[in-house]
Amino acid sequence: MDLIAQLEAEQVAALGKEIPDFKAGDTIRVGYKVTEGSRSRVQNYEGVCISRKNGSGIAGSFTVRKISFGEGVERVFPLHSTNIDSITVVRRGRVRRAKLYYLRSRRGKSARIAEDSHYKPKSSGAEA
Amino acid sequence: MRSGIIAKKVGMTRLFMEDGKQIPVTVLQLDNLQVVAQRTADKDGYTAVQLGAGTVKAKRVSQAMRGHFAAAKVEPKRKLAEFRVSEDNLIEVGAEISAEHFLEGQKVDVAGTSIGKGFAGAMKRHNFGGLRASHGVSISHRSHGSTGQCQDPGKVFKGKKMAGHMGAVRVTTQNLEVVKTDADRGLVFIKGAVPGSKGGWVTVKDAMKKKAPEGLPFPAGLKAAAATEAPAEEAPAEGGEA
Repeated sequence: MDLIAQLEAEQVAALGKEIPDFKAGDTIRVGYKVTEGSRSRVQNYEGVCISRKNGSGIAGSFTVRKISFGEGVERVFPLHSTNIDSITVVRRGRVRRAKLYYLRSRRGKSARIAEDSHYKPKSSGAEA
Repeated sequence: MRSGIIAKKVGMTRLFMEDGKQIPVTVLQLDNLQVVAQRTADKDGYTAVQLGAGTVKAKRVSQAMRGHFAAAKVEPKRKLAEFRVSEDNLIEVGAEISAEHFLEGQKVDVAGTSIGKGFAGAMKRHNFGGLRASHGVSISHRSHGSTGQCQDPGKVFKGKKMAGHMGAVRVTTQNLEVVKTDADRGLVFIKGAVPGSKGGWVTVKDAMKKKAPEGLPFPAGLKAAAATEAPAEEAPAEGGEA
């Protein structure tokens, strides 16, 4: 393992984030810490994960898309951000793409994702 | 004036801060960084320290350099560099410098050899705009355009920016911030990019254009900062083990 990979692995371990096993197509809820003045609270952001990028290492990120007041909204979160309070999987989706950018041009019925009722958790390496 | 350090560029990564900020950092490694020689006012007319970093097989070092390293009682070094210092900041020959030479939050100047780009056009080399995509321009969309006037002066002025060799020159980036240091592994984390490729050598000095922060170690942050004579004998032995 080269030094950079080692440093990144150490940082991931030090941050100690519990990241559930999720992939594109899953509906997830992200608890994001928001600071207003001096107060800080957790804001939930729920939507469909449409892409995961750069693996599960320190550089990893994911995009969550939702329809807010009839307008599509996407947010990109760094996987290991210290601002993320929690990530919970609300629903497992069955999709055949790694990136669901096609959802951007769809609305309503055609933008639905079927539920994956045969989801099996990975035996290990969910956190790796 | 304090000595700088020689470091090897390991690569880039990011650090997550407690306040949710991410900082892009370049990781620099201090590899057996020792003082190899001193330059003094009576002998050389100026004061400086010569540092050496890295390791190299003794058989690949010239006889003359082997003698130079032997005189300092240090292992042969891959890279040597001199740093001008004031007289009171001279460091003992053989002393090993640690990453604690720099403080967190301090500004530094980093110099290295930039990545070579080969023969590059005027757009890449000098940020020229190029020519238009249409309106009669043919096969010269990325050319530099006019290089001057007409019969008067009747020549292209010297120093005109044109295509040519780019990169692979010494570049100094000033006022970079030291985010973190790791003395055990000899690592210095510097915010942002640093000239050169991974595995390349860079020199890091206190920022010339910023006030030095309080509490900097003088004359240098040394490993085993116990006795002044001990490192001279200890250091070569340490190098032999590694």
